[in-house]
Amino acid sequence: MELRLRGVGHSYGARAVLRGIDIDIPAGQIVCIVGPSGCGKSTLLRMMGGLEEPDLGEVLQVGQAPEDCLNPLTYIFQDFALLPWRTVAGNVSLVLEDHGVKGADARAMIEDVLKRTRLSDFADALPRQLSGGMKQRVAIARALVVNPAVMLMDEPLSALDSQTRELLMDDLISLWTRTPFTAVYVTHNLAEAVRLGHRIVVLSRRPGEVREVVTLEKPLEARAYGDADLEVQQKHLWELMRAEAAAADAELIGG
Amino acid sequence: MDNPVKKVVFRGGGFAPVTRRWVGFIVFLVLLLAVEWGTRTGVISPLTLPKPSDVLQTFAELYSSGLLFQHLLPSLSRLAVGAALGASLGIGVGLLMGLFSFIRAGLVPLVAAIFPIPKIALLPLFVIWFGIDEGSKYALIAFGTFTPTVVATYAAVDNVDRTLIRMGQSFGLSWLSIVRKIVLPGAMPGILAGLRISLAIAIILLVAAEMLGAEYGIGAYILEAGSLYDLERLFAGVVILSVLGVLVSAVIGAIEKRVLNWRS
Repeated sequence: MELRLRGVGHSYGARAVLRGIDIDIPAGQIVCIVGPSGCGKSTLLRMMGGLEEPDLGEVLQVGQAPEDCLNPLTYIFQDFALLPWRTVAGNVSLVLEDHGVKGADARAMIEDVLKRTRLSDFADALPRQLSGGMKQRVAIARALVVNPAVMLMDEPLSALDSQTRELLMDDLISLWTRTPFTAVYVTHNLAEAVRLGHRIVVLSRRPGEVREVVTLEKPLEARAYGDADLEVQQKHLWELMRAEAAAADAELIGG
Repeated sequence: MDNPVKKVVFRGGGFAPVTRRWVGFIVFLVLLLAVEWGTRTGVISPLTLPKPSDVLQTFAELYSSGLLFQHLLPSLSRLAVGAALGASLGIGVGLLMGLFSFIRAGLVPLVAAIFPIPKIALLPLFVIWFGIDEGSKYALIAFGTFTPTVVATYAAVDNVDRTLIRMGQSFGLSWLSIVRKIVLPGAMPGILAGLRISLAIAIILLVAAEMLGAEYGIGAYILEAGSLYDLERLFAGVVILSVLGVLVSAVIGAIEKRVLNWRS
């Protein structure tokens, strides 16, 4: 399944946040969206998953989601959004219960997904007992268990320290190389974008417009921390964004 | 030249809560002993305060004559029925107000209007509406517990983390599932905190409820002792109410420990 955005625009009151956005999310690829703060990239992601409605334009779903897909458009949130009163297994089970998966089937699916995210030993732990990185791995497990057609990731690593971020990036890459998934990855971190993105969409400052789309040919599994060619790409992205980010930073909040 | 070497002085102490288990008990004991000493030596006149030992003796008599339970049981049943009615109705209405903006808009002013009414003032009215026997007593206690429970519940629903609700919607959970699995457990800490207050109010109202048409009951016992200026019996009754309050609070503490064990 693919996602297609056509002429998406949005404003909050008199303030335009997004203008004329056209983006294609091809199946089996990770598309990163980067931009200065306040450029509407998280709003854009909420629209892709139907949590918000655009004022202008449309978000289209092209093709059918696979048969075994329980929740085609599935989010991973920056702040994890785990239920603190449920265990790791309980949090994963939450999203199965409503789709009628219960009993032995559910147990098998939960066991499998916890194994894939290396959380099997923590099935009965409560979120408060887990570190930030572990919490986000639970959220990733919860997203994987519904077999999403498109994963929508809203700054999933921004709440984590830089070492944990590296570890989780490796996890995401190995998950993707095992079974390629389609994803939109919103971030303000350019290093994450060049590690994980097949395509990187650069948005301008508010009102957000597409400034450039960078395509990276190097396969994900060949990319590593501190690669020279990735550094070059990252530098190019930063040059694109630098002036925008400085201008966005100097704006009054709510002004 | 030698630079002087000095140890850095520790200045980070205090301002951190520490559990000190027995201090509360000791304060209580010291106060009681002071009153006992004062009444014995005559520093405190017998008209001002009864001797704690006399109150204890009155209590022992009350227990050995079997009158204690004759008073306690009807009061406990009034408290249980009234508070259960008021609290469950309050939680129900509070949830509806938290979930539906129409219901909230309609009921917030009404709740604000009935909250400050001293429920005791309505007792004669309740006697006419619900009868002089148990009905009016249940109604008074229920009404008194209802309003604080409503306010606590809808505030608790407001405080449920919105990102968790968005998460539920993004995974395609049904409305009912979101309420049952996200809103209700998320509001639980606030609801239980509210119950602590509502149940204390229920105990206060127990005395008021037994002002009219009650032969037995802790409230009736206290009121009778008061009108006869029998301080020993008055205080024996008051102690029973205090113990009741401590017990109720301990029960809610135990429930919190069980239900809210997910909090650190």
